Amino acid sequence: MSEGLVNAIADMREEEAIQMVRDMLAKGAKPMAILDAARQAMDIIGQRYEKGIYFLPELMLAGEMMGQIAEILKPKLAESPEVRRLGKVLMGTVKGDIHDIGKNIVCFMLDANGFEVLDLGVDVPPQKFVEALRDFQPQVVGLSGFLTLAFESMKETVDAIKAAGLRGQVKIMIGGGQVNEQVSQYVGADAYGRDAVSGVSLAKKWVGVQ
Amino acid sequence: MNHQLSPDEKREALWQGKLSPKDPQGNPLPFQSPEAEKKYKERVLRVRTAIEMEKLPDRVPVTVFPSMFPWKYAGMTVQEAMYDYERCAAAFKKFILDFDPDLQWGAYAPGPGKFFEILDYKLYSWPGHGVAPEHCYQCNEGEYMKPEEYDALIQDPTGYFIHVYLPRVFGALGGFPMLPFFPGILEMYGLALTFIPFGLPPVQATFQALFEAGAEALKWVTPIGGVDVELATLGYPTLLGGFTKAPFDVIGDTLRGTKGIMVDIYRRPEKLLKAMEVLTPLMIQMGVNSAQATGNPLIFIPLHKGADGFLSDEHFRKFYWPTLKEVILGLIEGGCVPLPAAEGGYSSRLEVVKDLPRGKTVWMIDLTDMADVKKTLGQNACLLGNVPSALLNLGTPEEVKEYVRRIIEVAGKDGGLIVANGSFFDEARPENVKAMIEAAKEYGVY
Repeated sequence: MSEGLVNAIADMREEEAIQMVRDMLAKGAKPMAILDAARQAMDIIGQRYEKGIYFLPELMLAGEMMGQIAEILKPKLAESPEVRRLGKVLMGTVKGDIHDIGKNIVCFMLDANGFEVLDLGVDVPPQKFVEALRDFQPQVVGLSGFLTLAFESMKETVDAIKAAGLRGQVKIMIGGGQVNEQVSQYVGADAYGRDAVSGVSLAKKWVGVQ
Repeated sequence: MNHQLSPDEKREALWQGKLSPKDPQGNPLPFQSPEAEKKYKERVLRVRTAIEMEKLPDRVPVTVFPSMFPWKYAGMTVQEAMYDYERCAAAFKKFILDFDPDLQWGAYAPGPGKFFEILDYKLYSWPGHGVAPEHCYQCNEGEYMKPEEYDALIQDPTGYFIHVYLPRVFGALGGFPMLPFFPGILEMYGLALTFIPFGLPPVQATFQALFEAGAEALKWVTPIGGVDVELATLGYPTLLGGFTKAPFDVIGDTLRGTKGIMVDIYRRPEKLLKAMEVLTPLMIQMGVNSAQATGNPLIFIPLHKGADGFLSDEHFRKFYWPTLKEVILGLIEGGCVPLPAAEGGYSSRLEVVKDLPRGKTVWMIDLTDMADVKKTLGQNACLLGNVPSALLNLGTPEEVKEYVRRIIEVAGKDGGLIVANGSFFDEARPENVKAMIEAAKEYGVY
């Protein structure tokens, strides 16, 4: 039964998947078991994205399906489930830039790969990154930006992290739009990611996985 | 005159119009010097020859197709460029004179700030309205068309825009939903009933806003359009006739939004395909009309959601490319020169898009490797690009020159290349932009 659900989600059969969740609940399945199946499906979707089989339509539909399933299960879950996490990543689009499609994909992929992600949203000032760094204690910070103005904002953010004395505690990756190795060096990041997949590999490498 | 012009005759007429330019009154354009006239004509021919790929131009043409860089270079904020039309125009003129490119693209990018205020434009944030004074305006991504509205869009796109979409993205057009159903205006009987909405305060307020917006647009276009004429008299042609979009991007950028269109591929593929089919002739008409109105053959098509990483090859071939191809071919049929801009990476699409009529399109290339593009798409299409924003921003003039030398080497030896920036940029070191232009002039001589 739960294998059927995993496949329905992973193969993008949305209506069928949601119906299966309702049927399983009606037949007395444990909400946690359903949630586990949904998580397994997200793993498969993440792997297919990494292999270049899936792209934005699949990731976005997966996000929609996950949201619907969580909504159905929420009243039935006594407490929020504990999950083993690989590490923490702080994400945000830097000051002045309000683009978020790329950043959201990276967040989704990090989450699917077992990271705990705190997304600060768009147009995030350097000081807000610093504060979140203190509170959230991530191992990795991801700075996103689409426009050329982001080069300067990323540099300001990295400088603010340095000034706060926190640079040694985190690895910083940048990505988006026109970002490349040259930009990475200029802003003082540890690396840049060409796409969400390389963002995930960087984060994994830095927390010591694989 | 019953003679229907063929596509090539229409295009020839546009090019001939460019070679014998007129002032706004329709008289021959008074060039400021014989050298200016000579340079102007050489530049039009140089670019045309590069595009048509039948023979080699005298050298590789070079241009800068920036976003807000000209105004940053002038020391202005984007806000100033959007609100002070005279200074905006003067700064753009100085930018062209200082950098001396073969082709200029007009001072239209900032747009009139007050005009957007009058209409209470919600689709974008701009300086003073959600964006800092020194930054460029940015789109507010969202779902501006609901999924259940596909049928309305398909049945009557214009009606849908007037009654539903435009009032959503312009706060001042709140009277539009009350407008009559225009195809119902048929006979004398009952006609006056149809016109009652025009007497109602919300509709009248909407029209008042439209009058003001129109007046502001005119106030803006006088100096801004004037720069095109003045620069032409100084020897700098523009060829930009307007823009249109890929039907997939029309829906994905500003109607359904990115998430909306991506899930529609799975949830309602037939409706999406049908809507794109309905939009296709309108997008062709949009480009052809503006080329005819401006007398400029190039129709810019910014490509967004078909880039590498957005869609699978299967989805690109099924959802993105067929209607874009139809738009490109329709523009060619209408006498235009389509200028698709392959923003981001396009490596995985080259094999799909390469088979276009030779010498009829220009493709702006961003992050895709120019040697790869030349071997595929570049066999049939002139390429424009692709000096990276990062390099213009953070590199040295020597690095820029070396980059330009390389793209001429790999993509320009047998023509079909216009050296330019690869994507729109606001920030750059001026000496790097100069180096790009100088390098093309130095290394690009055939």
